[in-house]
Amino acid sequence: MTDNTLAAKAPTAQDAAVPLPRAKFKLAKGHVTALSLIIVGSLWELAGPSMNPLFGSYPSAIWEAGVRMAQSGDLMTAILSSLQPFAAGYLLAALVGIPLGLLIGRYRMVEAAVGIYVTAGYAMPLVALVPLFMLWFGLGFTVKVAIIFTLAIFPICINTWEGVRAVPKALIEVGTSFVAPPAAVMWKIVLPATLPYIIAGMKLAIGKAVIAMVVAEFFTAISGLGGIILNAANQFDTAAMFVPIIILMIMAVGLTSLVRLLERRLAPWQTELSGREAA
Amino acid sequence: MAEVVLKDVVKTFTLQIGGKPQLVNALKGVSFSVQPGEIVALTGPSGCGKTTALRIIMGLESANGGEVRVAGKHVLGCGHDRGMVFQHAELLPWRSALGNVKFGLEMKGVRGKELTERAESYLELVGLKDSMDRRPHQLSGGMKQRVGIARALAIDPAVLLMDEPFGALDAQTREVLQAELLSIHAKTGKTIIFVTHDLDEAVLLADRVVLMTQGEVQDVVDIDLPRPRGDVVAVRAHEEFVKKRYHIWKALHAHAVPDALH
Repeated sequence: MTDNTLAAKAPTAQDAAVPLPRAKFKLAKGHVTALSLIIVGSLWELAGPSMNPLFGSYPSAIWEAGVRMAQSGDLMTAILSSLQPFAAGYLLAALVGIPLGLLIGRYRMVEAAVGIYVTAGYAMPLVALVPLFMLWFGLGFTVKVAIIFTLAIFPICINTWEGVRAVPKALIEVGTSFVAPPAAVMWKIVLPATLPYIIAGMKLAIGKAVIAMVVAEFFTAISGLGGIILNAANQFDTAAMFVPIIILMIMAVGLTSLVRLLERRLAPWQTELSGREAA
Repeated sequence: MAEVVLKDVVKTFTLQIGGKPQLVNALKGVSFSVQPGEIVALTGPSGCGKTTALRIIMGLESANGGEVRVAGKHVLGCGHDRGMVFQHAELLPWRSALGNVKFGLEMKGVRGKELTERAESYLELVGLKDSMDRRPHQLSGGMKQRVGIARALAIDPAVLLMDEPFGALDAQTREVLQAELLSIHAKTGKTIIFVTHDLDEAVLLADRVVLMTQGEVQDVVDIDLPRPRGDVVAVRAHEEFVKKRYHIWKALHAHAVPDALH
């Protein structure tokens, strides 16, 4: 009897499983990341309190300071004041850096004329130029945008440039053989083929732009999240100093996943083609 | 009048060999012509200049001397009167099969409803209508090359140029596609020039085989096999097939073997 029921049931279970067999439990990337955060956070929380609160802080103290700042409204004001120049500078850098990189990569003469400045500019010690920027752009919104733009444009531009250089000659020949005009080669072949590189550049530029934003807030009009860091440090309030630092790191992680999402939407073939280990 | 005419075509390349520039004569005065509706195979050992000759006909390379005419007009560059099928298909990875077929049509200025309809009809011709939404990495090697053929045919060129189109495929897929190319030729009547290093393929598909060695046309062999040749197995057993294949093989080896022994 038991055997019979089993035999009768087996095919139904199989049928249900046909469309997509579900794994019992698969260790997802998210689980690993969460576990890693819990372990690092706990170690920090355990070790932190034994330190002089001047020299370091720990998660629960930072959390308390953060709640205090959030309740007073200072935190939100600072975040908004930081985000505006950040968004403007970063987007402007993409808007200028991508076309520039495409042109440098595609045309040897443009590369010969402009490439050297981009390569040199990438290594430029920006902090040294901030006083000059202040003379040119003042102390307000504009100078912050300029500083963020200047630091973010180079990784975007250089990656785009490299990407164009890596476009297979054969794909360009497909365009040539179908008599594609130069603009069509650029839009329909070079740009999509370069997209993964452009996105890699935009990911790198997030980090650069965050640094640029803090530098700008340190050295121009003290404001925003950078301003809180500076003021808290001056008052020896180390826990409060860590609040904006943590927020900036969370912001960078969030923006990077946003760009990654963009990549999956815009260049799904790339994600599907890459040969990364799942485990 | 001949559809494609090559007259004394010369091509030299400069290669950097061991840091020193060296002149390579890829084509040393190549002449042959192709009649409308004819299938011509260019074959010969590697480096004989067959692919260079094809690329010059396409307009992807320019000749250093001589002249190339397609339908009476001098070839000065690429044109919609010629469609190219590349060795590795070279599909645009971000476009679906349908999108890839559309590409050539878009470049020809076809727009709107006609664009989709024509692209779909050519995918249907190569038997891929059901897979039109797949991206290249979701297609097998044979399917990719079918899309490549559809893309080239969709612009309705006078001449279809194919650079070792089946060279990268496994033997079974190759045979299927060879038979399919024959049926496409029967349906469309296109003039086809294809490069191959596979003598079987050359004799099986072509009306004439242009045999090249070291940048020169060594021999042009007429293949008098009846069409349609869809029954590939029967064709291979045909007396003419065996005879011509042996003839070309001997001609190639008369040249190649002493060379190799030096």
